Amino acid sequence: MRLPIYMDHAATTPCDPRVVEAMLPYFTEKFGNPGSRNHAFGWEAEEGVETARRQVADLLGADRKEIVFTSGATESNNIAIKGAAYMYARAGAGQSGRGHIISCAIEHKAVLDPCKRLAKEGFEVTFLDPGADGVITRAMVEGAMRPDTILVSLMWANNEIGTINEVPEIGALCHEREVVFHTDATQWAGKMPVDVDADNIDLLSMSGHKIYGPKGVGVLYVRRRKPRVRLQALVDGGGQERNFRSGTLNVTGIVGMGKACEIARAEMDADRERLLKLRKKLEDRVTAALDVVQINGHAEKRLPHLTNISFGFVEGEGLMMACKDIAMSSGSACTSASLEPSYVLKGLGVGDELAHSSLRLSLGRWTTDEEVEFAGAKIIEGVTKLRKLSPLYDMHKEGIDISKIEWAAH
Amino acid sequence: MAYSQKVVDHYENPRNVGNFGTGEQVKKRTDIGVGLVGAPECGDVMQLQIKVDESTGKIEDARFKCFGCGSAIASSSLATEWLKGKTLDEGMAIRNTEIVEELSLPPVKIHCSVLAEDAIKAAIADYQAKHGAKHGAKHGAEPGAKHGSEKA
Repeated sequence: MRLPIYMDHAATTPCDPRVVEAMLPYFTEKFGNPGSRNHAFGWEAEEGVETARRQVADLLGADRKEIVFTSGATESNNIAIKGAAYMYARAGAGQSGRGHIISCAIEHKAVLDPCKRLAKEGFEVTFLDPGADGVITRAMVEGAMRPDTILVSLMWANNEIGTINEVPEIGALCHEREVVFHTDATQWAGKMPVDVDADNIDLLSMSGHKIYGPKGVGVLYVRRRKPRVRLQALVDGGGQERNFRSGTLNVTGIVGMGKACEIARAEMDADRERLLKLRKKLEDRVTAALDVVQINGHAEKRLPHLTNISFGFVEGEGLMMACKDIAMSSGSACTSASLEPSYVLKGLGVGDELAHSSLRLSLGRWTTDEEVEFAGAKIIEGVTKLRKLSPLYDMHKEGIDISKIEWAAH
Repeated sequence: MAYSQKVVDHYENPRNVGNFGTGEQVKKRTDIGVGLVGAPECGDVMQLQIKVDESTGKIEDARFKCFGCGSAIASSSLATEWLKGKTLDEGMAIRNTEIVEELSLPPVKIHCSVLAEDAIKAAIADYQAKHGAKHGAKHGAEPGAKHGSEKA
């Protein structure tokens, strides 16, 4: 076993060597611009891109023509949300009452911030609060729908806690009401099955580097029929990608993205089953050994490879320092640039201290049983060490209710 | 972010961890001052206890417990080291900037050193309050400390 161990696959994944191999010729030999329609170099590059487009479409149950390559899920989300809002706006720029958008308070910033920008530009946005289990249901969306709702944007699975929203059901609702439905599937697609028709999706964002592909490439799926979704482009230029995204194509990245999708499609079922076992083993191990441990998010409606655990009376960054051989994330304020604890965990309404005490572990294609054993043991050791230092754990042991103490917030 | 060698050392070998008794026990002891600062929802809580030689007025021993990141743990561990052997006035004179310098804390961790300074002042003020003294408690920590007092 090599140290450190990587357990942060929800942040990024290593490239699969098969992906790298597929990409290599496109750097040196097949370096052409797919926009060069008049020579072999261009044709060769175009062929690579079109193969990738088919590989992505096959993963999503989509048509090749519905796949738009972007620089990543952040760009895909921006094009989808702003592009749809501008296209379906009920009033022109500079006016109010341009339309209503529904999203959720625990979305990724790449969804929240485009929505907030739109709110400043005359759109109205409802950010749904999930329940304590983190799941957004069809009923919640239905309750927020208005006659002027033009767009619903909800992630398929949450990046911090792995909870799964009722996407097919919400998609069906949107289709009944003729509202455009976008889902940020960055943490879902390539790990879990997608069928854009059966799942009622109009727009879907995904990223290459979360699925063992390269960084700097992503996909936006744009439905072409029943209904045909139209978007206003954000980047103007050469008109590539059916005008949705101008700019010379990132051929190497796109080829890698395609290959990553092909591998994901073939290996997804086996990976999923294996990782679920490993995740359960890790969760069982720490919950059996330690008291006051909470697994965040819905018990079942969660991604198989991701777990977010709060260890009472222990601070997340301090705990990561004790587990320095394991690469993972925490919702602790100390680990964020803003010095604010995770807004996702706060958004569940279960108390800020839970966020400060949380670790996110996300397993991946090459995570082994031995690594999970090691991580479990290290975390238990770290929590035990830090609880010996924790005044809060003492108080807990003495039967003092910490929530009853008047803490001076600083 | 990489931690400085000194932070890592204090984190891995924290000095003077512990207390001189439970909250109830130390409340009754006149030779002990307790500072409890921070808040769980802010991600750090420091508990600092000082044991004062009542004849000389010097801090003869100090103990800490800390819920917080590595820098918070190191700051409070360092505070206990520095307090031992100091008079109350000397203890009151410890500044967070000295802790920042000693531990090479980066700007985002300065609040850890501020919390350690608050803990020192609160502990000394608590001791002084038990002795009816008013002097020295210039900063933040009135007798009966606003930090960590239990609700009725």
